Amino acid sequence: MTLADTPPPPLTDTRDEDEIRRARAARIEKIAKWALPVVMLTLTIAGWAWIVTANDIPHYILPGPDRVWGSLVEDWGMLIDAAFLTGWITLLALILAVVGGAGLAILFNQSRMLELSFYPYAVILQVTPVVSIAPLIFIYVDSKVAGMLLCAWLVAFFPVLSSTTLGLNSVDHNLRDLFRIYGATRWQRLRYLQLPAALPYFLGGLKIAGGLSLIGAVVAELVAGTGGIGSGLAFRIQEAGYRLNIARMFAALALVAAMGVFIFAALSVLSHLLLRKWHESALTRER
Amino acid sequence: MAVRHQDIHPLGQRAPLLRLSHVDKIFGGDVVALRDMTLQVNQGDFISLLGPSGCGKSTALRIISDLMHPTRGRVDWEGGQGQGDLGVVFQEPTLMPWATVAQNVWLPFRLAGKSYGDVKDDILEVLRLVGLEKFLNAYPRELSGGMKMRVSIARAIATNPRLILMDEPFAALDEITRHKLNNDLLKLKAKIGCTVIFVTHSVFESVFLSDRIVVMAARPGRVLTELTVDAPYPRGEDFRTSPEYAAHARRASEALRDAMEEPA
Repeated sequence: MTLADTPPPPLTDTRDEDEIRRARAARIEKIAKWALPVVMLTLTIAGWAWIVTANDIPHYILPGPDRVWGSLVEDWGMLIDAAFLTGWITLLALILAVVGGAGLAILFNQSRMLELSFYPYAVILQVTPVVSIAPLIFIYVDSKVAGMLLCAWLVAFFPVLSSTTLGLNSVDHNLRDLFRIYGATRWQRLRYLQLPAALPYFLGGLKIAGGLSLIGAVVAELVAGTGGIGSGLAFRIQEAGYRLNIARMFAALALVAAMGVFIFAALSVLSHLLLRKWHESALTRER
Repeated sequence: MAVRHQDIHPLGQRAPLLRLSHVDKIFGGDVVALRDMTLQVNQGDFISLLGPSGCGKSTALRIISDLMHPTRGRVDWEGGQGQGDLGVVFQEPTLMPWATVAQNVWLPFRLAGKSYGDVKDDILEVLRLVGLEKFLNAYPRELSGGMKMRVSIARAIATNPRLILMDEPFAALDEITRHKLNNDLLKLKAKIGCTVIFVTHSVFESVFLSDRIVVMAARPGRVLTELTVDAPYPRGEDFRTSPEYAAHARRASEALRDAMEEPA
């Protein structure tokens, strides 16, 4: 009797122990992914409340979470106005950073001489802390809004510039040759080859720039203070600090953090939508 | 796609297409990549450039495709060279990952200013020729290595070029896929009647595919000898196992061994 004469047993239960263990682990992780952070947050808030009550800490030193929540509800109108202003400056700065950063990257890419002339100064602008430039800016720029925009732009444009530059230069060299063989113009090469190739890099830079433009806007507000243009969240934090309204400081801070999270999430979604069809980063791997 | 008709004269009586005359390429003033290469390419030829690394095969292709200028010597196209005269297949499939199969094949047309609608039928037809008409809207990452290479070949032949350059196109594929693609490449050539210059490291591939094998040697890169493979097309698996094939392979191997030993 040869081996071939023995028929294989029928395939009834096709899930072996490994499969079952892996499925269970995947199920647990799916729940833990959102449940654990929620549990951690609840524990932290409960611990905070307990520390405040157990030690009788006065609210002008550390308010309990209930007071912060109260402030958030009570001052909602004022805080949301402030959030809109800060958000508006952040958004405008981000748009300018994209236009300026990507635009400069394309210019640098098209002209090596331009790149050699200006790139070092872009680096210098980036490495000089914006807090130290901001006071100067507000001396020379009359409009507070323009000054704040400039501050936020200064911090936000560089990641877009440097990552887009990297992307434009990361074109597959065979594809570049192919475009040359087919007699592509400079514009065609940029439009059909370099820009699509640079997109994932650009989006990476954009995510960083989103966070940085919020930082830039907050720093600018702190330096500019109020000046008839209404007040943003950073100014509200500072002002509440002067009045020892610590609960409101926390409430405003929570809003700033929420804005940062929102920006990051929005840009991540954008990035996913643009890359999901083709880019490695957006693929879900099968086992 | 219009089939490019050409004379079915025996070798040597085909109409000339391209001529390299005494081409030298020297890098940095002293590295001789290619020395005195003369090659006449005729319409309908399937020429393999066979040789060890550093023999100037790729340099020759780059010079023919005008990506590089010869240090000395000339490249002359019969009737001058125009846009769309060349199709190229690289060792890598070299597809744009952000574009679908159809969009990748559209590229040479697009760069010539043609809209997708105008050339949709041509794109469909070449994809049918390489057996990928069902994958029109797939992205490269969804395809296997062999399928990607087929898209690359479809793109190269889409504009019905006068000459197709292939730079070790199947070197990175597994043996089974490579055999299949070799067979299909010959069928494709019979259908559309193109002229091919094919760079390879493989003696067997060169014998199976080509009617002329140009054996090259390294340091300095140069043409050592030219062999004729006079077996008739179509060639299929029968040819691969024939004594004739083995004899050609032995001749080519010997020539290649000489190329490895020959001092400059």
